Amino acid sequence: MNARACTSPATGRVMRPAAWAVAIAACCLVAPAPAGGDEATRAATEYSRTDPGTRSTADVLAAPATHPAPAPSPAPAAPPAEVRVPDAAAATSDTPTPLRLWHGYRGAEREALERLTADFTRGNPQWPIELLAVPYEAYANKLTSAIPHGNGPDVFIAAHERLGDWAESAMVAPLPDGPEWDAYFPATVEALTWKGRHYGFPLAFKSLALFVRDDLLGGRPVPTDTDALLALCRELKGRGSDTFCVAWEAGSFYHHAPWLFGFGGTIFDPDGTPKLDRPENAASIAFVRDLTRDGYLPEEPSAALVTQLFNEGRAAMVVNGPWFLGEIAQGTAFSVHALPRVSPTGMPATPFLTVEGALVSARAAHPEGAVALARFLASDGARARLQQGRQAVALAAAYDDPTIDIDPVIRRFRDQVTAAIPMPNQPVMRAVWEPASQALRKVLRGAAEPDAALASAQQAVRIATRPQPPAASPVFVLIGLSVALLAGLVYVLRRARREHAWARMRASSHAYAFLGPAAIATGVLVFVPFTVGTAVSLFSHHQGDFTYVGIANYVSILTSADYSITEPLSFWFTLVVTMLWTVANVILHVSFGLGLALLLREPWMRLRGVYRVLLIVPWAVPNYITALIWKGMFHKQFGAINGLLTWMGLEPVSWFSHFWTSFAANVATNTWLGFPFMMVVTLGALQSIPAELEEAAEVDGASRAQRFFGITLPLLKPALLPAVILGSVWTFNMFNIIYLVSGGEPDGATEILITEAYRWAFTRQEQYGYAAAYATLIFLVLLAWSMGVRRLERRPA
Amino acid sequence: MNRKPTWVRAVLLNLALVAACLVTLYPVLWVVKMALTPSQAFSLSANPFPETFSLSNFHDLVTATDLAGRWLFGRWLLNSIVIATATTALGVTLATTAAYAFSRFAFPGRQLGMTLFLVTQMFPGVVMAIPLYLLLDTLGLLDSMIGLTLVYATTAVPFCVWMMKGYFDTIPKDLEEAALMDGAGRWTLFTRIVLPLARPALVVTALFSFMTAWNEFILAATFLSDETAFTLPVALQRYVGDYSTEWGRFAAGAILVSTPVMALFFALQRHLVGGLTAGGVKG
Repeated sequence: MNARACTSPATGRVMRPAAWAVAIAACCLVAPAPAGGDEATRAATEYSRTDPGTRSTADVLAAPATHPAPAPSPAPAAPPAEVRVPDAAAATSDTPTPLRLWHGYRGAEREALERLTADFTRGNPQWPIELLAVPYEAYANKLTSAIPHGNGPDVFIAAHERLGDWAESAMVAPLPDGPEWDAYFPATVEALTWKGRHYGFPLAFKSLALFVRDDLLGGRPVPTDTDALLALCRELKGRGSDTFCVAWEAGSFYHHAPWLFGFGGTIFDPDGTPKLDRPENAASIAFVRDLTRDGYLPEEPSAALVTQLFNEGRAAMVVNGPWFLGEIAQGTAFSVHALPRVSPTGMPATPFLTVEGALVSARAAHPEGAVALARFLASDGARARLQQGRQAVALAAAYDDPTIDIDPVIRRFRDQVTAAIPMPNQPVMRAVWEPASQALRKVLRGAAEPDAALASAQQAVRIATRPQPPAASPVFVLIGLSVALLAGLVYVLRRARREHAWARMRASSHAYAFLGPAAIATGVLVFVPFTVGTAVSLFSHHQGDFTYVGIANYVSILTSADYSITEPLSFWFTLVVTMLWTVANVILHVSFGLGLALLLREPWMRLRGVYRVLLIVPWAVPNYITALIWKGMFHKQFGAINGLLTWMGLEPVSWFSHFWTSFAANVATNTWLGFPFMMVVTLGALQSIPAELEEAAEVDGASRAQRFFGITLPLLKPALLPAVILGSVWTFNMFNIIYLVSGGEPDGATEILITEAYRWAFTRQEQYGYAAAYATLIFLVLLAWSMGVRRLERRPA
Repeated sequence: MNRKPTWVRAVLLNLALVAACLVTLYPVLWVVKMALTPSQAFSLSANPFPETFSLSNFHDLVTATDLAGRWLFGRWLLNSIVIATATTALGVTLATTAAYAFSRFAFPGRQLGMTLFLVTQMFPGVVMAIPLYLLLDTLGLLDSMIGLTLVYATTAVPFCVWMMKGYFDTIPKDLEEAALMDGAGRWTLFTRIVLPLARPALVVTALFSFMTAWNEFILAATFLSDETAFTLPVALQRYVGDYSTEWGRFAAGAILVSTPVMALFFALQRHLVGGLTAGGVKG
């Protein structure tokens, strides 16, 4: 199961599931004009941009980090007024307002950070610190919503890859130049630089390296080039069919990158346009494909599988990052090495470098304290983070400290800083991950040759990075909307008059009294946000700027402008898949739910209380983990389902390689998750059927089937129908299962509309407006569908 | 219905249910296994039974404290209980009254109202997260339990309205009409006659509202900015990192999160089934 791919769509630690569309509305409606916040944003940003010499960030930076000027020093040159307010407040008030620091650290890294913040406050009593550990999945969204509203942190710790977005949308404040940046490894500083300006103090970095189980190599040397690797693999092959020479998450582009660069490949043209279809890139994919074909590398290697193979001694080597250290079973003897050189080119396999920085919010309440804190964490805090937090820190001098006993493994990862290249921090990179990973998996499962797969990946990147639709004038849509509203109003009023509605409304005041509270609450908290969210579909988004484009997004989606309607990227293709998905699930949910509820109704059943509770377990357990367990059960080589098939003498199935099997895996998982709800609803609904009716029918000689279809089912209908209608609506938008189980495999064919909308928003160049148009279309499809169903519902009555 | 079945039939039915339970529980066994294994790796082995028995993952989660030494798990649990209970109370109250209006009164706008409630379920929910953030910020309800409860309750209300309305429709009106003759008011009628009869549907909607609030973490994590105000799922989700996930602790947390739900269901289920005899409502 691809645990890592779940936390990150392609590889890039892009933000994840549910809250995808959060940012959609965010930037458009919030960032350009936060209520009264525009001034402050600019002020805060400019504050940090003030030339060195005036009191400002530069001053703070020049002061020793451990003891910056206590409280605000007298300002020689006044910075913008807005910025001084919080400073003055902090100085005069007795209870200092804390600096807010957000992070996503856990375990030892978190403990080290907590200790450091306490140290900082000890040296700077005017700056107490309020720490908040935000779950990774909500982190990016939370920043995007909170910072423009002034509810955000002063400092936050994040990986550098979204820097381009943050800098372009003025969420982070630039930091001035100076000699101090020389203290950090150049690559880490470069990663946190955008358009020539520094945007964050580098804390630590991560990259892939080679983990070796020395016991399994049997005294053979660790391979330093790919020829040696292949020779070693041939020798180790004799150990058994269930063991592997080497393992890594080969289907993820992040994990493939070292080979791509090692074979002389690259991602971007010199002008910054992504270009994937190069012979060097194809050669690197062919290399990995051959490793898999020869049985040296396992099939469908997910993060979890890689860990397991290593721990069980079934993979002699794995390529993984420092986070893997926490997953190695205790007592396993291992060592860490540089990735081997690629023999055909003579170049080293070069992994991506991810840098975690302490970034200062452009809307920090205390810019001065924020800069001091960020700087303190990066420089003075480096030793504690290295020793206690076991981080590969970015401060070069930390490794020379004789008082620190540095773990050789950490030292190995430190050496990677010169062997790795910073992961691109420009937004366009996010259009690359998904198609590149898809191409990889396509080749690995034998569905295409490398060059063909890369050519179609290039096509997908081209679509994701296509030019924005031209700006349009809002007049036409406004006129259209006004006319539609007016027509609707006239229609309603005329109908009301014809049916004497006013008099009936006055007579129904008690009905409105019953209805009122729910209507008001839903109206405010559902319809208002929806209207706002939908409006975004008329805009086009580019790096924080929204342009009004009228209905261009809809036209492009509905005419399937850039691809034929039989391609997975097409709205119509996905719509058909989504409908199949919905129908299959609802039928299965209702059948299982109804069947089990009928069984559980029998009053003589002793254990029915126990059965009922056991059967709702799938509903009760958070589906984030159970969906991934199901994905694991469908693994080609190690899944329980193929194990069962083999045991029954059948051929194992490569579940995620074909549309129908992949689709079936999704449906099976969602049926398992969804039937308990339908069962509980049916159990409740069954109570409205008087037992006498069925008994009377039985006395009259009706068969069991006759009783069920003649009496039970029709009587269940009024109570069950709402659950079926709503269940189908939820299934239509069931993001998590598709995302976690098939992830769209093969080639995005099993995506449904809601996951496609997510991809447009986050893995295809942040086309928020386009994604919002998808969401609006989803709404319209469901509306039409439910109107159809309700017509059906009324007919027999 | 109270006849004893033949024992063959009883055995067959029990076998069918045991089989269903096995299929249901098989994937969950891995959750238990991961929770009881000290390693933080995701278990893929074919054997779903724990090979080691260690409570360290539970221990880590339950004993978490913040810098000031405050016991966090207790607060998270309490927050979750308060928010989920308040959501249930508010959601079910709003929904039953509205559903009663839809079921029993003919008034202008009835069809439209029903449709509008259904329509709310069709908004891809997450599209609204940022506008909701704006709204709560404007109302001063960001970072508060009240704000979160309101959001959850309104998320759950449409389903509850539809569910309750469907059930109310199956309850014969005779009883109410008789009571109306006796001079009972609408409200008395609603609380004394209709609600008791609708107990099974109330249980379903209550369970649904509770679950809506209990398992949600994205909105909670986005709206809340104080560690002591977090709910349990938010705290749990922190074990999912951008590079790797601490599966052992996550699984332990998943078990801790789902246990109260199952306990609640166990306590409520007698109202769900067999609480009603047909005698009271002659159709």
